Amino acid sequence: MTTKPKFAMYWAASCGGCEIAVLNIHEKILDVDANFEVVFWPVAMDAKYKDVEAMEDGSILLTLFNGGIRNDENEHIAKLLRQKSKILVAFGSCANEGCIPGLANFTPIQEIVDTAFSTLTTENPDNIRPQTTYAMPEGEIHIPTLYPILKTLDQVVDVDYYMPGCPPESHQIAAVIDLVIQVLQGKAELPPKGAVIGVGLSTVCDDCKRTRNIKKIKQFGRIQLQHSDPELCLLEQGIPCNGPATRQGCGALCPAAGAQCIGCYGPAEGVIDYGARLVAAFASVVDSNNPDEIDQIMDGLVDPAGQFYRFNLAGSLLKGSLTAIRSISK
Amino acid sequence: MTNGNFEPVIIGFTCNWCSYRAADMAGTARMKYAPNVRLIRLMCSGRLDPTFIFKAFAGGADAVLISGCHPGDCHYIDQNYKALRRFHLMKRVLTQMGMEPGRLKLLWASAAEGALFASEINKFVEEVRQLGPLNWQVPGEAVSIPTQKTQVEVTA
Repeated sequence: MTTKPKFAMYWAASCGGCEIAVLNIHEKILDVDANFEVVFWPVAMDAKYKDVEAMEDGSILLTLFNGGIRNDENEHIAKLLRQKSKILVAFGSCANEGCIPGLANFTPIQEIVDTAFSTLTTENPDNIRPQTTYAMPEGEIHIPTLYPILKTLDQVVDVDYYMPGCPPESHQIAAVIDLVIQVLQGKAELPPKGAVIGVGLSTVCDDCKRTRNIKKIKQFGRIQLQHSDPELCLLEQGIPCNGPATRQGCGALCPAAGAQCIGCYGPAEGVIDYGARLVAAFASVVDSNNPDEIDQIMDGLVDPAGQFYRFNLAGSLLKGSLTAIRSISK
Repeated sequence: MTNGNFEPVIIGFTCNWCSYRAADMAGTARMKYAPNVRLIRLMCSGRLDPTFIFKAFAGGADAVLISGCHPGDCHYIDQNYKALRRFHLMKRVLTQMGMEPGRLKLLWASAAEGALFASEINKFVEEVRQLGPLNWQVPGEAVSIPTQKTQVEVTA
C-alpha cells in the first residue's frame, strides 16, 4: 500500500482552464505523481463523490479547488473537500474572486434562466424550465439548484491559501508544487495561513516593459479601433489597461503582446476593492477639470463596470449589481 | 411603499479645510438640519478612495455625500478636481450596476457656507427618503468586508 500524501483537485463553476494549466507544468507533473497519490480529480480520473465522502476527515493533504460556487452541488463539494483536506487552496480566479462566471452577478437570476431557455434561437415552445427534482418510477431524481448569485470559495468555506490567475501561470504552479514537496521533505515551511501564493509582490505595471511617463488622458479608446505605440504605456495612450490595480504574477504577458491587462490576477496587495482602485487610477489620469469635458472623456469607457469588475465582481465589496441582489429576496 | 417613516442613513465625506468647517459653522450658528448624515472628515476630498464609497454602500448606507472646497479653492491646489473626476466615474459604475444616480451627491462648500451646507443636506435627505432604502446586501448574509491578504512570492 502506498503511503504517499493525497492530492485532490476539483472544478466548480469554471471553464477547465485551471486543469489545463496544471497539466501544462510539463515534466513537473511527474513530480506530482511521484510525491502524491491523486485521490480525486474529476477531469483526470474516475472518482465518485461517495468515495470522497467515505474518506477520513483531513486525510487529503492538498486540494486545489477551482471554480466559483454556482449551485448547491458546488457548495456541497466545497464543504466536503474542506472537511477532508488539510490544505485547501482557492485555485484560479473563479475560486478567488468569481472570474467570468461571476459576471452573472450583474444580472438577476431569472433573466439568466430566460436567456438560456427562451431566446429566439432556443427551440422551447412549451417554455420548459429545468426542475430540480423529478419523480421517476425508480424514485425521485435531482439536479443541482442554481444559486441566485455566484459566491467565491471563501464566502462558503475556510480557505488556507489563495492562488489567483485565469489561469494561474504554469511556472507559478510548478513553483508552488515544488514548495509543497520541499515542505514534505522538511526542507521548507508553509507560508502563513491565508496567504496569496504563487504571485509577485507588486503590480503588473512593474513587470511591464513599456515606457511610462506622466499620464494625462484626453480620450479613452478601445484597443481594436486604434493603432497603439508598441513601446509606450497603453494607459497613456488612452487604452484602458487594468495593470495599475492588478497583482503581479503573470509577467505582464498581455501588454507585452500588445493587448491591455484585463486583470485576471486579481487585486494587488493592499487593494480591498479592485474596481474602486481602478476608478481611482483612471479618474486620476484624466486630463481635465471641466465637468462636461470629464463626462465626454469618460464616454470613451463604454462599459466601466465590466472593465473594472471583469474578474472580480463576486469577490468585490458590492458582490453584484443592485438589480441582481435586489431580485434575490423576491 | 410609503417612505414617510424611512430615515435614510447617509455617509458624508468632508474635507478638513472647507466643507468640514462649513458643517462646523452650521453647528456653531445652531442651524438645524436633518441628523441623517454621518460626517467623516478627511484632510482633502482628493483623499477620497472610491473604496470608501463602495464600502459605505455595501455596509448599509442609503446614500453618500462627497463634499470639498470649491473648484480653485483647494488647500492642496487641485485635489478637489481629482475628487470631481472620481465622482463622475463612480457614478457611472454605480448607475450601470442599477443604482439611482441620486444616491451619490457632490457638494462644494466653503468654510463660510454653513447655511448652504445645512440646506443642501436637508434637500439631499428628502431626495433619498423618496428613493427609499438601498439594501445592497445579499439577503440573509452578514455584511462582510474582504480582508487584505499577505502575498507570498514562491519563486520557481
